[in-house]
Amino acid sequence: MTAVLDRAGESTAAPSPVRTPRRQRRRLGDVIVPVFAALAFVYLLVPVAYTVVFSFNDAGKTNLVWQGFTLDNWQNPCGAPQVCEAFANSLQVGVVSTLIATALGTLVAIALVRFRFRGRASANLLIFLPMSTPEVVLGAALLAQFLTLRVPLGFGTVVAAHVLFCISFVVVTVKARVASLDPALEEAAADLYASPWQAFWRVTFPLLIPGIAAAALLAFSLSFDDFIVTNFTSGSYTTFPKFVYVSATRGIPPQANVISSFMFVLALAIVVLVQVLGYARSKKLRGR
Amino acid sequence: MSITAALGDSVAGVAAEPPRRRARRAHLVLLGPGLIYLVLFFVVPVGALLATSLYVPVPGGDVGEYQPAFHWQNYVDALAQFWPALLRSFWFAFLATVAALVIGYPMAYVIAVRARGRKLLQGLLLVLVVAPFFTSFILRTIAWKQILADDAFVVTAMHFLHLLPADARLTATPFAVVSGLTYNFLPFMVLPIFAALERLDPRLLEAGADLYASPVTTFRTVTWPLSMPGVVAGTLLVFIPAAGDYVNASLLGNNTNTTMIGQVIDARFFKVLDYPTAASLSVVLMVAILVLVGAYVRRSGTEDLL
Amino acid sequence: MTSTSSAVTADATGAGGAALELEGVTKAFGQFVAVDDLTLTVPSGSFFALLGPSGCGKTTTLRMVAGLEQPTAGTIALGGRDVTGTRAHQRPVNTVFQSYALFPHLTVGENVAFGLKRSKAKDVAARVVDGLDLVELGHLADRKPAQLSGGQQQRVALARALVNRPALLLLDEPLGALDLKLRRQMQLELKRIQTEVGLTFVHVTHDQEEAMTMADTVAVMNHGRIEQLGSPAELYELPRTAFVANFLGQSNLVAGTVTERLTKRGLLGVDVRGTRVLVPAARAVRTDGAVLVGARPEKMRLLVGDQTPGRGENVLGPGTVTDVSFLGVSTQYQVEIPGLGTFGVFAQNLVGGATVTVGTSARLAWAVDFTFGLDGAQARDDGAVDLDDEL
Repeated sequence: MTAVLDRAGESTAAPSPVRTPRRQRRRLGDVIVPVFAALAFVYLLVPVAYTVVFSFNDAGKTNLVWQGFTLDNWQNPCGAPQVCEAFANSLQVGVVSTLIATALGTLVAIALVRFRFRGRASANLLIFLPMSTPEVVLGAALLAQFLTLRVPLGFGTVVAAHVLFCISFVVVTVKARVASLDPALEEAAADLYASPWQAFWRVTFPLLIPGIAAAALLAFSLSFDDFIVTNFTSGSYTTFPKFVYVSATRGIPPQANVISSFMFVLALAIVVLVQVLGYARSKKLRGR
Repeated sequence: MSITAALGDSVAGVAAEPPRRRARRAHLVLLGPGLIYLVLFFVVPVGALLATSLYVPVPGGDVGEYQPAFHWQNYVDALAQFWPALLRSFWFAFLATVAALVIGYPMAYVIAVRARGRKLLQGLLLVLVVAPFFTSFILRTIAWKQILADDAFVVTAMHFLHLLPADARLTATPFAVVSGLTYNFLPFMVLPIFAALERLDPRLLEAGADLYASPVTTFRTVTWPLSMPGVVAGTLLVFIPAAGDYVNASLLGNNTNTTMIGQVIDARFFKVLDYPTAASLSVVLMVAILVLVGAYVRRSGTEDLL
Repeated sequence: MTSTSSAVTADATGAGGAALELEGVTKAFGQFVAVDDLTLTVPSGSFFALLGPSGCGKTTTLRMVAGLEQPTAGTIALGGRDVTGTRAHQRPVNTVFQSYALFPHLTVGENVAFGLKRSKAKDVAARVVDGLDLVELGHLADRKPAQLSGGQQQRVALARALVNRPALLLLDEPLGALDLKLRRQMQLELKRIQTEVGLTFVHVTHDQEEAMTMADTVAVMNHGRIEQLGSPAELYELPRTAFVANFLGQSNLVAGTVTERLTKRGLLGVDVRGTRVLVPAARAVRTDGAVLVGARPEKMRLLVGDQTPGRGENVLGPGTVTDVSFLGVSTQYQVEIPGLGTFGVFAQNLVGGATVTVGTSARLAWAVDFTFGLDGAQARDDGAVDLDDEL
């Protein structure tokens, strides 16, 4: 505080030979860092753009070389065999595993933040371990178990596997939200005659919704885009990433790009909408 | 007072059970389903994996038929044959992590610090970071392969500028694999660093400058140490999946000097039906990563991250 | 805030609120004993303050009364009924939390209606309107808490608790987050509302002025125990421990030994480093051995030059005036007496400006009747304001 005040009085007295070069260096840094970051964004987005552009390629069967612009692929997204079936499977797996993982993970997150109990450290470790295990090991372990128990591979085994790797991410996401809640809010609810059950549904849960929604979105995107664990646990069941991987050797039909681009645009629209709405609301709040 | 009496009566009935015991059971109800799930689908399968890694072939049986045993020799054989792939996996994952940090930190810095206060811009930049998640991981990797292809713009331009020898190529090289890994896991680096930098109080930076630190010194002594939790989280989120990945290696690599351990495990499981070798390699990979992660987290002093 | 709220007072037939009785209440967190064998009765309809520094156990006591913590030992009774072991939502007690704890996702009206809905009360809407009118916020019922100022949030929290007509209203440092001016205003309003609705209020605070302004009875807590309990005037004029003497206002304390008893006049003669000081025996905690002799700064006056003490006055000194602070209403002097320490003297500004300058030699005089005697085993500065932990 004193330093800040001192500085104000001193700015005119500061020796100019020291100040000038520092100013210039700061301006150089002002330019270099954003330019570097902009290049990084290009690196990140070029393959996405490539995927979108090639959804308009008049490619026929193998979508490797640019053949000319067409809207045919977009007008007939299920034109290639199996594309839409795989896509539908992925949606189903994604929705079911998201629901299960979000429900289980949310409960665990609340317990970990709100209660002090013996074995809490072990519970935390159990949550952390699946996240620090490479997917190939998760897949191999689940496959080893399914083979041992002679469980037929398919929709059920894929969902079981996806729930597993989603739970930990849900717990971590929701935990942050629970930790940011003032514990006095739950106490106030109890003080105002709400039973623990009512306090949860009327106060805690509504306030956790943003965190839970974020966790669910994360879980869905992890599940929807998963290939490695799915490859181990799916048998002959095909999801969209698996379909793309398998057809990579023969050539991927442009319809895969269409579906991927469609999901991209849809997700982008949702996220941008949420951002803009949130921005508008915070503006309105501040305005009053 | 009437309300006291009314409430009191209704309360007396509910209060029959001692509250302490009930409070103690609440966390079990909440934790139970999730933890039981993790035990059934993580702990038990890892146990199954351990067991499988010690199996031996059924004498005179078909390919892919094994029986329980304690054949520790499986580990020795697997490592003797595949240690180069294992080491290469860690090496590639390390390179990708460093590259992702170098590329991702400035991105996170620009979004969190330079765009601070401009909420809409910040939001849109964040959307761009997560945007790749919304297109298929495998399609993006294939796109990357096309971009690095022999007759595509990048290689042609580099040949023209003599940045690349005329007969050299980018696809099917270790470079292609590492750049693919970097590319695919970059958002996992950016997001935690962004979260750490966003929490950073801008007044700290002003205080740094106020105490006559140059921007570089301010960064080194204030910004970097305070963003450490994000850096640790980001490096873990890149390193762990990169070490086990095989999509990049199989789509962008060749079959000689880019083979990663994930490819080997996948091939042992599905092509050769050599379950014990695949399982023992998986166990080795898991243990190695846990040891590395544990040592790293301990060294960086961010245990509470867990 | 002039409306008298019919809804809040209407049902309070007879004496409002219920008496609160704590019997041997102890709360330990592991090795740390936060509240130590506390026995206390708060009469029905009174405004009771628990005053003490942070960490003295006052908030823990409040939380045990609310049902948010369970005592390790002892019983808590409300209106004669033992409620120990019941939980917060089962007790006819409401709390105004320090952080207000307004539900951010509900409107002001919904916040106020929360308790009524849980207890399935009738006429919820009408009672919410009355409750908000009581705190003059009826026009903000549709706002979200984030859109209100701190003072408004505080009043919503108050309305949310009061509207349930609790047997007991608990206030946990409710004015702590407000600025000084607003705090003064809210103190008066709280007092007015309490009189109006006639409920039993238990108020926890570390602000002695706040406790004295509002409460009928103040209990001063320290280290999990009650040091002294009484009306604000009693506590101020006749503190029984050095902690109370220093925590509630300021005191001049000086160590001495009882050397004689003037039984007839009801006085004790105390030797303070060779000077005899008289203390009324009825105002002394002990009548023999080592004592601390005390007097409030405004009771003392300076004797300079050849001024002489009046009849029935104690005199100490001479010493040197080391500091003079002009405060408008009064002037505050610090006098250093060699071997005895520094004394504070507050003088009303009857003539305008300070009458004595720094460096002047002066003696201190004060009426024997205002002198009090404490146990000499206590530290002189126990409970004195520490610059490190006060605002």
